Amino acid sequence: MKNRTKLPNVYLGIIIAIMYLPILIVIIYSFNTSRISSIWGGFSLKWYVELFRDQSILEALKNSIVLATLSSLAAAFIGTIAAVGFTRVKLRSSGFVEYLSTLPIMIPEIILGVVFLIYFSLLGLPFGMTTLIIAHTAFCIPYVFMLVKARLAGMDKNLAEAARDLGASGPRAFLDITFPLILPAIASGMLLAFAMSFDDVVISIFVTGVNTNTLPIKIYTQLKTGVTPKINALCTLMFFVTVMLGLLFVFITNITNKRTTTKESSQ
Amino acid sequence: MSFREVLNGVQVEINTILRLEQITKSFGETLVLKGIDLSVYRGEFITLLGPSGCGKTTTLRIIAGLEIPDSGKVILEGRDVTFDEPNTRSVNTVFQNYALFPHMSVEANIGYSLRLKRVDKATIKNKVDEVLELVQLSGYSKRMPHELSGGQKQRVAIARAVINQPKVLLLDEPLGALDLQLRREMQTELKRFQTHLGITFIYITHDQEEALNMSDRIAVMNEGAFVQIGTPAEVYDRPQTAFTARFVGSANIIEGKLLSQDKDTVTFSCGDGIGIANLHSTPLTPGQSIAVAVRREHLHLLKTAPENAHGFDAIVKEKSFSGGILQILLSYGEGKELIASRHGLDSNLSPGDHVFVTWDPEHAVPVDLENPA
Repeated sequence: MKNRTKLPNVYLGIIIAIMYLPILIVIIYSFNTSRISSIWGGFSLKWYVELFRDQSILEALKNSIVLATLSSLAAAFIGTIAAVGFTRVKLRSSGFVEYLSTLPIMIPEIILGVVFLIYFSLLGLPFGMTTLIIAHTAFCIPYVFMLVKARLAGMDKNLAEAARDLGASGPRAFLDITFPLILPAIASGMLLAFAMSFDDVVISIFVTGVNTNTLPIKIYTQLKTGVTPKINALCTLMFFVTVMLGLLFVFITNITNKRTTTKESSQ
Repeated sequence: MSFREVLNGVQVEINTILRLEQITKSFGETLVLKGIDLSVYRGEFITLLGPSGCGKTTTLRIIAGLEIPDSGKVILEGRDVTFDEPNTRSVNTVFQNYALFPHMSVEANIGYSLRLKRVDKATIKNKVDEVLELVQLSGYSKRMPHELSGGQKQRVAIARAVINQPKVLLLDEPLGALDLQLRREMQTELKRFQTHLGITFIYITHDQEEALNMSDRIAVMNEGAFVQIGTPAEVYDRPQTAFTARFVGSANIIEGKLLSQDKDTVTFSCGDGIGIANLHSTPLTPGQSIAVAVRREHLHLLKTAPENAHGFDAIVKEKSFSGGILQILLSYGEGKELIASRHGLDSNLSPGDHVFVTWDPEHAVPVDLENPA
């Protein structure tokens, strides 16, 4: 039946406008010649050129990429091991452990930030890249853990047993069967972790050192000293990187779902 | 012990490929296996038959090494393998849901065990083609599991399990997910594979027809113990317990008190009449409780009671038609029920009719009530 009114489309339009209009404005103004954000002075790429001449921003970008890469890798490793272990061991308190391990997602970042600050001071760790990586890894683990655990729960337990039955040792069965099947979940968890680490401001501000700036911190501090359209250009670039990561995430999840449905149809 | 007995003992030992000794297993508080013993002979097709939850899958998993028993031994070809890893046992399994590796092609699935053994590629390919031909799936080697139908997955699972020529093949309700038509076809196929390969099959099912159709021997299982082990004919015609009679033969169990016994029959009171059955294996004393199994098709329903006939009065309660057979539900005595079956669409009986129920003594088998279903 055809829609009698166009109202649903209108709603959808409004929702999308509310979500994406501000971003669109930032993107448009990143190409603005004028120095003052509110006046349109014609199309130009000069802010992008200036952005890439700014050594401190490039340094911050490099820090952010290194930080997000290392912490998401570490989180992927620890989160996967945790999820695999969790599904193998039958604990009476497994519900509680599961809750505990995903709790960091729900704890307000400001609290985590303070907690990390106090913790690292107690340990006497020098604030800088090391503390950033530890803190980011910690808050990224739950994303990988949850996704991998869900994948394992949906996986036929007989698969690994079938491999064992056919002559594979325990580690071999994991490498040949379990690992390839949970790889999409590990990858999407890692992507999510990368995105979370890459744009984190709150926790980073608490645990970073004086000389280490990440990109979000750099932008935040620039806002205090006066906004140049350079920031618009930077935000536009970051937005597109995030969109690409998001699309990659959706792509990987689709593959996973396809495999899962295949499994279900076999039963 | 005479020389002949020793010799027989050795003979049995050689012919026994797998022996379970006093296996117990519990999960948490539940005792799943209550000390089971089983000898499986080389090359036979043995079925573990029982209702779901009776412990048959656990038994299979213990033989495969996927579960370790709490006590008891698994002896494979004279060697104790109870604690051996599953990958070191020459036993393979066809899982209930096939458990085909979804990320591997048919060829890769079937050749997996050979790849683990580092067999060279050309040999693997030849062997895969060989078993694919056996299961009539030649030309399917490049397909992925999700591109196969249920019956084809089944065949791939079997091919994967037999390519390594295991000493024993374990099959966990492999036909459970297939429709009736396909299941009948696969029963014949499985029997053909087994004869062709000469591998010992241990088959699990809760379907008595499947068990009777394919097996050399049936081990009837209930509540974590074997109730009766024997050939299909023995289990079907001479059930030892009420459970076996009901589960395998869908038989009626008629209970009563012993009146008298002579050389080959026993007479007992039941309902408002008397029954006659074949002689019980163990001597009985008059007044003792007795139960006999009579299969549905062996109950005669008569309009009037003949002179001197044994049997009792009953009332027709319901008639239903299923699988080409008319089932007639009767009530007798004080709220007891029986089911009689007739071939054909209808009989001249209708609900409310009074009938006289009787049977031939040779069709009534005394059974133990110790394991009531």
